Order: sequence, then structure tokens, then C-alpha cells
Amino acid sequence: MDSAPAGDGSPPTATRTLLLWCPDWPITAALREHSLEADAALALVAKGEVFACSPAARQDGVRRGLRVREAQARCPHLICLPYDPDLDQRSFEPVTAAVEAILPGVQVLRPGLCAVRAKGPSRYYGSEEKMASVVFTTLAAIGLTDVRIGIADGLFAAEQAARVAEETDDADAPLCIIPPGRSPWFLSTFPLDVLDQPKLAVLLRRLGIRSLGDFAALKAADVRNRFGEEGALAHRMASGIDSTAVVPRLPPPQLDTTVDFEPPLVRIDQLAFAFRMSAEAFVGRLRGAGLVCTVLRVVLSSDSGEVSERTWQHPRWFDADDVVDRVRWQLQGGRNADSGLSSGITRVHVDPVTVEDLGDHADGLWGTGPDESVHHGLARIQSMLGHGAVLTAIIAGGRLLADRRVYIPWGDAAPGSAGTLPRDRNLPWPGRLPGPVPATVFAEPVPAVVVDAAGNGVDVDGRGVLSADPAFFSAGRNTGPRWPVQSWAGPWPITERWWDPAGRVLNRFQLVDPSGSAWLFLLEDHRWWAEATYD
Amino acid sequence: MTPPAAGALEQDEPSFSGSGASGPRLVTAPSPGILPADLQQRINQMQASRLDSKRLPTVPALARILPGGGLQSGGSYSVRNSAALAMALLAGPSAQGAWCGVVGLPEFSVEAAREFGINLDRLILVPAPGAQWLTVTAALVDVVSVVLTRAPEHLAPTDTARLKARLRQRGAAMITLGSWQQSDSTLGVAESVWEGLGSGRGHLRARRMKITATHPSGRSRHAYLWLADLQHKLRDPAGGHLPAGDGTPGSADGGDPLFWPTLMNS
Repeated sequence: MDSAPAGDGSPPTATRTLLLWCPDWPITAALREHSLEADAALALVAKGEVFACSPAARQDGVRRGLRVREAQARCPHLICLPYDPDLDQRSFEPVTAAVEAILPGVQVLRPGLCAVRAKGPSRYYGSEEKMASVVFTTLAAIGLTDVRIGIADGLFAAEQAARVAEETDDADAPLCIIPPGRSPWFLSTFPLDVLDQPKLAVLLRRLGIRSLGDFAALKAADVRNRFGEEGALAHRMASGIDSTAVVPRLPPPQLDTTVDFEPPLVRIDQLAFAFRMSAEAFVGRLRGAGLVCTVLRVVLSSDSGEVSERTWQHPRWFDADDVVDRVRWQLQGGRNADSGLSSGITRVHVDPVTVEDLGDHADGLWGTGPDESVHHGLARIQSMLGHGAVLTAIIAGGRLLADRRVYIPWGDAAPGSAGTLPRDRNLPWPGRLPGPVPATVFAEPVPAVVVDAAGNGVDVDGRGVLSADPAFFSAGRNTGPRWPVQSWAGPWPITERWWDPAGRVLNRFQLVDPSGSAWLFLLEDHRWWAEATYD
Repeated sequence: MTPPAAGALEQDEPSFSGSGASGPRLVTAPSPGILPADLQQRINQMQASRLDSKRLPTVPALARILPGGGLQSGGSYSVRNSAALAMALLAGPSAQGAWCGVVGLPEFSVEAAREFGINLDRLILVPAPGAQWLTVTAALVDVVSVVLTRAPEHLAPTDTARLKARLRQRGAAMITLGSWQQSDSTLGVAESVWEGLGSGRGHLRARRMKITATHPSGRSRHAYLWLADLQHKLRDPAGGHLPAGDGTPGSADGGDPLFWPTLMNS
């Protein structure tokens, strides 16, 4: 033992380690994510080969590394899903958090496998068995029952203990505890393959060494001389004196924020006031982590069980006022600020969807650019009037003038892909207006009256023939003075979606009065409307 | 309407008689402490409310009839009866990259604005400010260069004065549709003739307008223009101005084919 890795002369000691293993974690995660039955035959596919499969599929002969076609042939009702490593990580996070709540210093080796230093917690809970039973109970509470635990000296021995836990103990609590100092004995019977060094294993087998015990019996100095640093490491693992330390992870900073209201709040201003402190803390935490949030998800839960969820974008990044505004707008949903809610709000959850580095968004040394000041001013107006009150516009395709303008709330992305709508505009729209575009397009068509020289209403029949020439017209709700028609043109038929019962059939007219004002009139279903005016 | 053959820019009312007569009247104001309302009004009229130093880019056809030779930053203008004219005033600054705001005009036609050369990426619309018209307009004045709005019917004179001070401070210009107290100039379409429309045939092609700009003192200028002169097209500055915009607005009386060929062909 003179070649101890520490090199300080003291004999290497292995850390007492608890290892938690969830077998087939990718399968467990996928079953949970897609809410499949626990006994479904499921295979996760990566690069055309089976990456992992469920026990049911394994019974039918599906193995890791099999081609998908082959696996489907062996098990016809196999469900194939793409393997998603992120899903593994994401779904293991609650497990880690649950273990961290009862045992300090968890190291996640990979999704489905984590290690904890056992010394302190076992003393706290009384014994190692009690500690393990606490872990089993905690994980059962979050719905995870298929868990094995191994406790031994060193990470490697603990992992092997966890893997044999199922065979050695009863099914209720698959637990295997190797008493302190007995890890070399425990490992001695294992084959060389568990070292996960295939070349070394082949070489050793040729030398007549078949098990870890045989390997451990060699002198450490000889092994190091013959097999180098890798061999020495494998030798230490085989000897059960693996001194790999358990490196506890730092819990990631919690960036989202949740506020519960008890009793539920029924007024929006009340809620906005109560949420302000949390919003400031939320932005402060992000700032502390050197981040800014550019996309935000707000989830509101109400007393009656409704959940409203919406993702908000921001042209720059959210500060505390912006966060409060988004919560308020989501609650308003088009109503006024002083209106009550249908039911009280019990919980507000704000989750940063996209965060970016603060450095990319910092204000310039010599003040900010002009566009940023524009944004600040518009955000102020939005906080007064609501998200949808400040608009930019793009021009889309359409026959009626009101269809051709599309309003986008300030800060939102254009609907559809960015290039679609402007291209739409250039498509041929039969019936679109020729000539100059009127400067005033009424938001809602204004009722109008058009009569002929005898005072009878002008109409268009089914064949598009005008009943009489228009002579006088008026627009607006008040049937005021009728202006004489100086010149006119029409009818120009517009047939929108003739195949659709909800489609419209209209006739368009241009009229000019003696003062030189021109009007655009629509005739739909024997009624006249003013669509726009060329003022 | 019989537009003059040339030299359409003229002053309907020579202003000198009016301002000359006002001198003695000011001297004989009854008491120095309390100014009568009409006197205060005359003082407001004579006070320059705009910054002479900075002029916003303006469509040439309108720059010639506006006081000071164009839109002044800090100025307020009212347009009587034509949304197209208001758009033409917006078009100059917008084409040069300025931000524009439109408050309280739900019927503002974005498509026509684009025809006039307004950059829609830098156009902010607040169609329904509701009761907060003044706050919204003041907030917009802070950040954009030109605000187009329709003033509410009842606005306290103090609010008007505060808005005006804000305009001057921020160097923005305000254009109101409808009347506005203390505007630097009131523009309007005095006469208008459409071409291309017959009785039951054709379609609107071109419009000929007489545009008047009235100073608060009563002096006014007018110009005869085609609608196309107001549109701030990119090719206008390059290929020389269209005849009407260049100082001979009355020359194209009956629709000169050289003048606007695309319209004739369409």
C-alpha cells in the first residue's frame, strides 16, 4: 500500500457512500412524460437503434442496440419514441430535489443514479437501514417505487451493491448494505466486466485473472508499473478502496417565483400590489445570477380551479414593473382595471422561459439608444392602457380595406412566420381596390343610404345589374342632408369564399360629392355601408 | 375651380395691415395687472411657440406654404378636413427615420400611410386612448418626433398650455385633425377635384387640391397640388421634383401625361 494515490503515506480510505439507482430511468421518464401504462412495451430509439427498452419489451426479446425494424418484428405492439436526454435530466430533477430535502450533498452521477455521503445522515437517522427506509418512503411519496439502494465503502462498491440489491433482499425495499471494511470481500467475486474497461479485462483474462478478487490480490505497485494510471485506478476500485469523493452538487438557483394568496384576492389592483414585492425579488434574483429574462410565462390559478397560462415576450427584457404589468394584463383580459374577477386568485407563478446574459443587454456607457427610449415610453403607455392598446401595423392581403391592415401589439412578434403576411399582400386579390388608397378606413362600416333621382333606394340584382343610377347619398347614423352624387362608378362585385356558406357577396361603389370628397361604399344584402372615405 | 396658370403660391390676406393695427391697441390696454381675454389671445398669437433652430423634414409641396418653410420641431399644426393631408405631414419625418405616433384615430388607414411614404416599422398606433388622451399624448411626445391625433372636444386651456410646453421641450411636432387652440398653422383642403371617375364608369385616379395654410394672425397661403405631390416617394428627390412640387403647381391643369404617367396607364 505504499503507492497510495494520496501520496501522503496514510492508507487510502473509501468514503462510506449511499447510492441510489433507478433502473431504466430513460424508460421511467418517458412513461411518465407520455403518460403510458407502466407495463407498456416501450423502446427509446436513438440513431435508428434501440437505446433503452421497458421490461415488457425485454421479455419479447428487445435488447439495447437492436435495429428498430428488428425490435418491431420481435415485439409487434412496441411503442417507439425518440430518446430525449433532456427529458431524463429534467424528470430526474424532482427526484434529486426530494433526496436533497432529506439528505444533504447529493451528487448526480447521471440521470437515474445519484450518490450521497452516508456517514452523517446515518448517524442522524440512527442507522443506515433507517436512513434507507426514509429515502424509500420519501421517493414513494413522489410516486417513484422502483428504486434500489446500495450502501458500501466507496462509490464503486456502493454501485455494485445497488445493482445486486434486488436479488439479495425482499422486493419491498431493495436494499443492500455492505458492512464497513467488507467491500473488498463483497467485490472479490464480481467478474472483471463491471470495471467497464474492456481492453484491460481481456488482457487480465489472458493472464488468468477471472474476478476482481484475483485482480485485487496483485500488488498495487506492480499493477501501476504494468498497466499504468488507468490500471492502478481499476485496481483500487477492485480492492474496494476507491477513494473517489462524493462531490455534492450545488442546488441551482431557483429563478421562478410562486406566490400563494390566502384568502384569494378578488381585485386586480390588490393583486398587483401584493405581487410587486415578489416581482422585484424575481428580477433581483435573475440580476444576481447575471441574467435578464426576455420571455416569461405567467400561470394564474383561481379559486374555482381555473388555470390561465400565457407566455409574454418583451422587446428588451422584463423589469419588475413589466412583470407586474403582464400579470395585470393577463388578469384583465380586455376588461378594465377596476373590474372584479370572476373568482379569486389563489396563486401566481412566474417562470422565466428564456433568459439571456445581462452583459448582452446592459445599457451603454453613454446612455441608451433612441429606440430604447421609444420602448420605455411605449411600455409606460401599455402599462396605462393595456398590452393591446399600443400597436404597430403591417399590411396583409385581402379585398376589403379593413382586412388589409393587421395590428400587432407592441412587443409581440408578427403572427405567423415573419415573411408570410407581406408576401400575402402581393398575391392577386380579385376585387381589390384600384387607384389611390383612401386615407380614412372606418374601423366598423358606417351605415349609409343611396337613392336614385326619384328617391327610391338603389340596389343590385342577382346578375349584378344596378336598379337605377345613384343620385343622392348620405353616410352616418343620422339621416341628415343628402348630398348629390356628382360622379360614380360601380358596382364592382367582390365574392369572398364563394364555396363557404359564411362567405360574403358584396358590391363596391365609388362616389364623389360636389365638394370633391370621394367615398367608397359597399352594398351587401341590400344594405349600404360606407367603407372608407378619400378625405 | 379655376386654378391660376402659374405662381399658385400667394397670400390671400396680406398680414401687414392686421399686425400694424394691433400696435396701438396693445398700448391702450386698460390695466396692466389683468389682461382681457382678447388681449391675451392676441399675445398668444404673436408669441413664437416653436423653435426656429430646428426644422423637421417636410414634403416639399407643403414646406412652401407652411410658416418657417416646413414643420418646426416644437410646433403644433391642425389639419381641418383631410386625413391625407395629415399623412403627408407625417411622411416627411417618417421617411427620414423619425418615429411617428397616431393617437385616437381608429380609422387611420395604414395602407394609405404606406403609400404616402410613412415607415410602418416606426409608426405607433394608439387607437383608443379613452379618457387618458392627454397622458398618452404627452407620453408619446416624449419619445416620438411627430404625433398625429384628434383632440378631445373639451380640453382645459391649462392642459393645452402644458402640452405645448412639453412639445417645445421635447422638440416634437403635433398635428391635430380638427381644430386646436394655438396651432402654428391650420391646413385644409379648400377645393378638391377628382379625376378618372365618370358616371358609372372609370375609377378614381388622381386628385387635384387647393391646400390652404392659415396662420393664426389670419394671413394664409395656398397651393394647388396633385395628391401624388404629397406622397413622399423615393424617386422624387432623385429625378428632380415633380412639376407641382417644384414651384409651378398650377401648370398641370388638366392632368399632364408627363406628370404622372403611371396613373394614366393604370
